[in-house]
Amino acid sequence: MQSVHIVSAYDEELKYLSKRIAAMGGHAERMVEQAVTALVNADPGLAQKVIRDDTVLDEGQREIDDKAIIIIAKRQPMAADLREIVGTIRISADLERVGDLAKNVAKRVVAVTDGRQPTSLFRGLEALSNLALTQLKEVLDVYASRSVEKIGFVRDRDDQIDAMYTSLFRELLTYMMEDPRNITPCTHLLFCAKNIERIGDHATNIAETIYYIVTGDQLPAERPKGDKTDKISLSETQPVK
Amino acid sequence: MRARGQMADLDTEQRGIAQTMAARLWNSRWLLAAGVVAIVAVYALAGISAYVVLAALLLLFAAAILPAAGARQSTGSGAAIEATGLQRLSGEYLAAAVADPLIIFDRAATIVHANAAAFAAFGGIAPGMSLSLKFRAPEMQALLDGVLSGDVASDIVDYTEKLPVERAYRVSVSSVGHATDLYVLVFKDQSEARRIDRMRADFIANASHELRTPLASIAGFIETLRGPARNDAAARDQFLQIMQSQTGRMARLIDDLLSLSRLEMKPYLKPGTEVDLRQTVDSVIDSLGPLASENAVAIERRYADGPLHVPGDRDELFQVFENLLENACKYGQSGGRVVVSIAHSDAGSEPGIDVTIRDFGPGIPEEHIPRITERFYRVDVETSRTQKGTGLGLSIVKHILTRHNARLSIKSEVGNGAAFSVHLPAH
Repeated sequence: MQSVHIVSAYDEELKYLSKRIAAMGGHAERMVEQAVTALVNADPGLAQKVIRDDTVLDEGQREIDDKAIIIIAKRQPMAADLREIVGTIRISADLERVGDLAKNVAKRVVAVTDGRQPTSLFRGLEALSNLALTQLKEVLDVYASRSVEKIGFVRDRDDQIDAMYTSLFRELLTYMMEDPRNITPCTHLLFCAKNIERIGDHATNIAETIYYIVTGDQLPAERPKGDKTDKISLSETQPVK
Repeated sequence: MRARGQMADLDTEQRGIAQTMAARLWNSRWLLAAGVVAIVAVYALAGISAYVVLAALLLLFAAAILPAAGARQSTGSGAAIEATGLQRLSGEYLAAAVADPLIIFDRAATIVHANAAAFAAFGGIAPGMSLSLKFRAPEMQALLDGVLSGDVASDIVDYTEKLPVERAYRVSVSSVGHATDLYVLVFKDQSEARRIDRMRADFIANASHELRTPLASIAGFIETLRGPARNDAAARDQFLQIMQSQTGRMARLIDDLLSLSRLEMKPYLKPGTEVDLRQTVDSVIDSLGPLASENAVAIERRYADGPLHVPGDRDELFQVFENLLENACKYGQSGGRVVVSIAHSDAGSEPGIDVTIRDFGPGIPEEHIPRITERFYRVDVETSRTQKGTGLGLSIVKHILTRHNARLSIKSEVGNGAAFSVHLPAH
C-alpha cells in the first residue's frame, strides 16, 4: 500500500494512525446506528449508552492529533506522507463531529418518545439514516481499500440524502399543521433529521479528504448544493386529508 | 522430516551387510545379516581362530538389538509419509475448501489470504489490505487486538453488519501457531436465524396494519347486510361486490408480503447465472399485454444492438420489470404510451446495462421520489387503492436490485411522466 521507509518505526507510526481512524470510524458508525435504533424503538437505555460512548471518539481525536503532530515534528514528512498525516487529522475531526451529531440524536430520544408516536413518523427517518450510514460505511471502506476511482458514488448518494431530507421536512411540517400537539415531537425529529443529514455531509467531506490523500488533487468541485428546505413555506404545504 | 528420514536410511544401509537387498526384503534384513554372519563364523571356526567367533557373537548381538531401532525408524518414516499427504496440500486449497468466509492475516493485521467465500461475502477485500481498516466495528477491533497482543490464543465474538443487507456472523479468531506468525479468522453465518426472527416480527406488524383496513370494511358490510340491508337485493349485490374486491386486495397483499419475506430470507444471489435481458423484458411485455390493452397503453420497445446479458437471476429480474411496467401502465395510463428501452451504459464507474421504463402520465411530485421505495409508502392513497396497489411493488423491486448490486434511479417531472431506470452492472 505504501512505500517502505528506511526507518521502519515510521511505517509503524503511520499504520497506527490509520488503524486508529478505522477504530474511530467503526465507533462512529455504531453510535449513529444505535442512536437511530434507540429513537425508533423508544429505548432510553440505549440512548444513554450512545451518549456515554461519545467520549471514546473525543479521546480518539485528541490522541490522533497528538500522534500526528509528533510524527510531523520527528519525521519531517513529505508529499504522500504529509498528505496522509494531515488527512488523518481532518478525518478524525469529521468523525468526532459525526459522534457529536449521533449523541445529539440520542439526547432527543426521551423528548420525542414521551407520548407514544405512530411508527410512520419514524419510517422516513430510518430510511434517511440508512442512506447516511451507507454513505459513511462505503467512504470508510474506500479509506481501507484506497480505490478512489469508485468515489463517484459519494456525490450521487449525497443528492439522495438531501432529497430525502427535503421530503421528510415537508412531511413533518404537515404533521405539525394537522395537530399542534405534534409540534414538540416533530420539532425534535426535524433536528434529528438535520443531524443525520449533516452526518452524510461529514461522510462526503471524508471522501474528499481521502481523494486528496491518494491523488494529491482536490475532488473536482461541481456541487450545486443540495437540500431545498430553505424554499419550503407554509403556503405550499397542504395538510394531509 | 522426509529428507532426514532418507539420510538415516542411507546410514543404516552402509552399516548393514544386506545392502543389496531389495526394498521388499528391507524389514527382514537383520535376520538375514545374522544368518550370514553365523555361516561365516561357522566357516571360520572350522578353519582359523576364536577371534572370529567373538566377533560373530558381537555382530549377532548387535543384530538382535538393531531391529528394534530399525522398527522404530520405519514407523518414523511411515508417519512422515502420512504427514507429507497434508504437507503437499497448500493452505490456499484448504482455505478454498472451507465454505465459510475465512481470512488469514499476519501480526500487523494485514490480510495474507482470503478464500472465495470471504470475497463473496465482503466485497472490496484484497491481500495486503489492513484487516482492522475493513472490520471497524468496536467488537471486531477488540477481537483483533486481543489475539494480536497474545493475550488470548483464540476468541469468538458476534458481529453484525447492517448495511447494505443485514448479516450476522459468529466470528472466531485463532493463532495458526508453529512459528508461522499467522492468524486465521472464520466467519460463521448466523443471518438466517436472525432474519427469521425479524421476518416474523415485521410480517405481523405490516400485515396486521395493512389487513385491518379491508377487514374492517368487510366487517362493516356484513353488519349492514345482516341489519338494515337484509331485504334490499340491489344493495346486497353491490355490497357483495365491494367485499369481493376487498378480499382480493387482502389476497394480493399476502402474496406480496410473502414474496418480500422470501427475498429477505436469502439476501445473497447464487453466482454464475446469466440473464438475457432482451428475452426477459420481451416476455414481461407479453405477459402484461392484456393489462396494457385494457388501459389503452401502447408499449414501444427501443433495444440496443448486440447481446444484452448480465449476471443475475431471471425470475427475480422478471419480477422487477413486471412491477415497473405494471406501474407504468397503471399510473401512466393517461399518457397513452410507455417506452421500454435497453441500452449499454459505459459512462460512470461501473459499465453495465440500463433498462429504462418511461411513461407519459402525470408524473411523481419531487418530494415523493426519494421515498416511494419504502414499504407501504403511497404517493396518492386513493389512486393506489383503485389501481389495486399493495404499496409493496417498488420495495420488492428495490430489494431484488440490492441483491444484484444494481441501482434504481427515478426521474420525474410533474406533468411529464416518470422514468424508472435500472442500472445492472455487467460484472
